[in-house]
Amino acid sequence: MSIVALRGAVVLLGRFPALSGIDLEVGASEVVLLQGPNGAGKSTLLRLCAGLLRPHSGSSVVLGHDLSKSRAAVRRSVGLLGHDTALYDDLTVTENLQFLAKASRIEPAAVGPSLDRLGVGARLHDVAVGRLSAGQRRRVALAGVALRRPELWLLDEPHAGLDQGGRDLVDGLVSEAAADGATVLVASHELDRTLELKTRRVTVAGGTITADVVDADPIEADVADADAGAAMAGVAAGRGS
Amino acid sequence: MLADVWLVVEKDLRIEWRSRVTLSQVVPFALTVLVLFGFALDANRGVLVAATSGLFWLTVLFVTVIAVARSTAIETSDGARRALLLAGIEPSAVFFGKTVGVAVQILAVEVLMVGGVLVFYGAEVESLPLLVATCAVATIGIAASGTLLGALVAGVRARETVLPILLLPVLAPVLIAASRAFDDALGVLAVDGWAWLGLLGGFGVVNAALGTLAYGRLLEEA
Repeated sequence: MSIVALRGAVVLLGRFPALSGIDLEVGASEVVLLQGPNGAGKSTLLRLCAGLLRPHSGSSVVLGHDLSKSRAAVRRSVGLLGHDTALYDDLTVTENLQFLAKASRIEPAAVGPSLDRLGVGARLHDVAVGRLSAGQRRRVALAGVALRRPELWLLDEPHAGLDQGGRDLVDGLVSEAAADGATVLVASHELDRTLELKTRRVTVAGGTITADVVDADPIEADVADADAGAAMAGVAAGRGS
Repeated sequence: MLADVWLVVEKDLRIEWRSRVTLSQVVPFALTVLVLFGFALDANRGVLVAATSGLFWLTVLFVTVIAVARSTAIETSDGARRALLLAGIEPSAVFFGKTVGVAVQILAVEVLMVGGVLVFYGAEVESLPLLVATCAVATIGIAASGTLLGALVAGVRARETVLPILLLPVLAPVLIAASRAFDDALGVLAVDGWAWLGLLGGFGVVNAALGTLAYGRLLEEA
């Protein structure tokens, strides 16, 4: 069964078509790298898959649920790390994750191991999130995603703001999730980091998918990269004119 | 659902307790407004006693604007609203949880404000049950209405200025009904305060129903 099945999916942000007819099929345990220029639609694609955006037209099915009918059903089974951390500044690290655990019907005892997994030391557990550095906040947010053990991981620039150790932890987390049968979509500009993670590379430009390459075929990948580069240049030129 | 309501109430009140915004900013603001009303009416004891109910509830509406803006900001800051949606909490549970959180804060300020009008204005309580019931019922309606409108403006860029423009006219019936009920409780006017209390109850029920129906949609669209 496909975990993500989008056919001609269109998403409007206001009147702007942030996604203008996306076709994407992702199976279980796949790790997919979404690449593309700023404003290409990567984050919108992740938010659509998380059930946070309503598709305007086309067919959008995630985890077996039609997003035009039952987005709420999808949300409990996905984990989304966005540009923001979705944490409460005035609550401590532990309180934030305990709130998330209780709201998600997860045993609060799972919070500690999840924080440990992301290298958030015990000395930070009782510190208000508002007092953490950007990298520490990012780690806590990732711990929140890991805590929920989602079937579908949606990570938007997961390495941003993290030090080397944190980046390695993210890579390990993604690999573990995929090994456990979860599906992972990673949007990233940091290709050097994600090269080791991905099993498949999807290029988004101008709200559509311009290349979709499985890593096993390096020649095809190179061709796709060249096509993607041309598409990005076209988008840039189109926007510049 | 009750567990989710309590989860949201506990979270919002914990955040308020940590930030001390209500204690350190809203309470001084409310007491300052009461004192300034006294200055504006030339500290005329007779006029102040007669106007106590209206001034009290007008100040409560100002406090409500601050409390609701703060409650809304908690969820819009750093994408926290997304966590609520992804966790799968029923939107109606979020609505009631945030309503109770706001109501508790406003009630806490009202307790101090009642002390303020007794001391500053020389008002006297004639019916404590009616006074307490008016505060409780009116505040629940105010908080429900505020929480709903807070969600409505959450996605608006200038929500801090839009919120009072929308909220204050909507709360005008509460201002009228709660002031009349208070007039009776303070022995200022010979009106049937309990009848006005019934009107306040109706306002609360209507807003609770609206919130149950509409909050989920607003939370999604914000």
